[in-house]
Amino acid sequence: MEILKVHHKTRGPAAGTVGSALVGVVASGNLEVLLERTLADTECTVEIATPVRGYDDVWKAVVAEFVERASPGGLRISINDSGARPDTVMLRLLQGVRTIETGHD
Amino acid sequence: MNARSNGPSQRAWDTTRQSREQRLAAAARYARGKLVSHEDATKLLEAVVRAGDRVCLEGDNQKQADFLAARLAEVDPAVVKDLHIVQSGVVLAEHLDLFEAGIAKRLDFSYSGPQGAAIARALKAGKIELGAVHTYLELFSRYFVDLTPHVALTVARCADRDGNLYMGPNTEDSPVVIEATAFKQGIVIAQVNELVDKVPRVDVPGDRVDFVVAAPSNFYVEPLFTRDPAQITETQILGAMLAIKGIYAPYGVKRLNHGIGFNTAAIELILPTYAEQLGLKGRIATHFALNPHPTLIPAIESGWVEQVHSFGSEVGMDDYMRARPDIFFTGRDGSMASNRMYCQSAGLYATDLFIGSTLQIDLAGNSSTFTKDRIAGFGGAPNMGSDPRGRRHASDAWLKAGREAAGETTRLPRGRKLVVQIVETFGEKLSPTFVENLDSIELAKSLDLALPPVMIYGDDVSHIVTEEGIANLLLCRTPVEREQAIRGVAGYTDVGRARDARAVEELRARKVIQRPEDLGIDPLEANKSLLAARSIKELMHWSGNLYDPPAKFRNW
Repeated sequence: MEILKVHHKTRGPAAGTVGSALVGVVASGNLEVLLERTLADTECTVEIATPVRGYDDVWKAVVAEFVERASPGGLRISINDSGARPDTVMLRLLQGVRTIETGHD
Repeated sequence: MNARSNGPSQRAWDTTRQSREQRLAAAARYARGKLVSHEDATKLLEAVVRAGDRVCLEGDNQKQADFLAARLAEVDPAVVKDLHIVQSGVVLAEHLDLFEAGIAKRLDFSYSGPQGAAIARALKAGKIELGAVHTYLELFSRYFVDLTPHVALTVARCADRDGNLYMGPNTEDSPVVIEATAFKQGIVIAQVNELVDKVPRVDVPGDRVDFVVAAPSNFYVEPLFTRDPAQITETQILGAMLAIKGIYAPYGVKRLNHGIGFNTAAIELILPTYAEQLGLKGRIATHFALNPHPTLIPAIESGWVEQVHSFGSEVGMDDYMRARPDIFFTGRDGSMASNRMYCQSAGLYATDLFIGSTLQIDLAGNSSTFTKDRIAGFGGAPNMGSDPRGRRHASDAWLKAGREAAGETTRLPRGRKLVVQIVETFGEKLSPTFVENLDSIELAKSLDLALPPVMIYGDDVSHIVTEEGIANLLLCRTPVEREQAIRGVAGYTDVGRARDARAVEELRARKVIQRPEDLGIDPLEANKSLLAARSIKELMHWSGNLYDPPAKFRNW
């Protein structure tokens, strides 16, 4: 298992007040994303645990675009990717931000 | 003096008939009338098949003459050798055994599916001389020109003593194979599940059939077109939403073919939900050239589909189709009737849209399912996924596509087929769908093939749909624009990340590229609640339990 950690500055805090959220399930081609509102309003960290090596550039590109689209300030995000594809990771990240905003997805 | 003469030629004009009569005479000792015991099947084949013959061992991507295939693999390779196999599907292990044993040498085919890796190994080992990987219509057409079989080994559900064959929903390739063989003095042998006094309907007349063998067990049929809705992903549902709202709706696509795969299964399953909410019922997806996909059941049951003509059958769908003659083509006996050549022609000339998936797409939009170590062959995609330049009837969808392709320069209106590739940017094991060069080019070099196998040529492709959006290639005016349009929907693949971001934004402004948000689609709404059926069991329920899924899909 390889761990990749990415840190971003964001435009502002993630919407909503829910403290934490978990989306997805670890299964074939799927993944689990944990979001915790523990950082300063303009900070975001994303930690990706992946069994597949050699895709650091892909994951960094996915996270950069996610931060641009969702402005997830204050969130510490942990991804257990179980070999998921980038499109699924992006979808789960966006679902996670919606869940931590509204309390449900 | 020259040798011209108006008198009758001295050559013999009936050598093929003489050869046929010799073969029938050699086989006579194993036959009572047309009937041959299954125990004598190998000897029958040794009597009628001659070294160097062209043989069609039926067998396509669905039904298999598996008993006759196993018997042909048992003949004495010292006597029956160097056969030229001309058949649409190379699917069974026995098909490859023929080449391993030296019984067969040359191969012309269309589809290989599960034997793709074995064919590549046999080619590299010099066991197979490959003629070509054909499209279906192309191979069937060559049966009447330069690849006419000397012997056809076919398969039917039942036969009578006169050799009349009932194939039921699984008629598939047989009529074209048998017509070519029988009328060119070839030999036709049928494997059947049972002998009956009277067949329910005559799919092949007995005077085209020389021998009938009742096999000890029923022939194999692959449920190739069954997709379990439970395995459809949210990304595939998003792709289906994009296809419906971004292509089916604006072009008003009524007549179409769907490829095999989860992407198109997702489209079928959200017609009664998502497309219904968009108010598209009756305006899109009414007439299909399509195998009886179980995932089409909810759309049929909710009144979306007017009619379906099929290439072949699908395991478990017989009773459902029998009960829906308004939708499917059925015989006087009530059972569905299929014909691969007719349906391929229908899909080529009488539909406005083909949509299907692939494994690799290059920067010009060429696609291939061949990889470095797999000769996968083609399915129906190359014929239906091509713009038929012989078409002469108009429809709104066809004319709109033609206008987009012609731009401002159009003085003589002409249409275009919509040929859509729907893919996810990454495939199995994170292999990228978008590549700089197709693996099949490398493969063609390593195997010394004259023609790199391409499933759909880029100049036939009108749209590419991925989770990132839709690229409309009809609107691209230069190769550079086309390349950026493709990169612009290639996601996080190397090809996608090497895009010129400004060029892509310009294409988006011209609607050459459309993102989900440009079409008012929220990716977070792409979830399984949109699927009209979420499991095989729910498909069964939709069908009023007329659909009888095969054992391997009964996972409850």
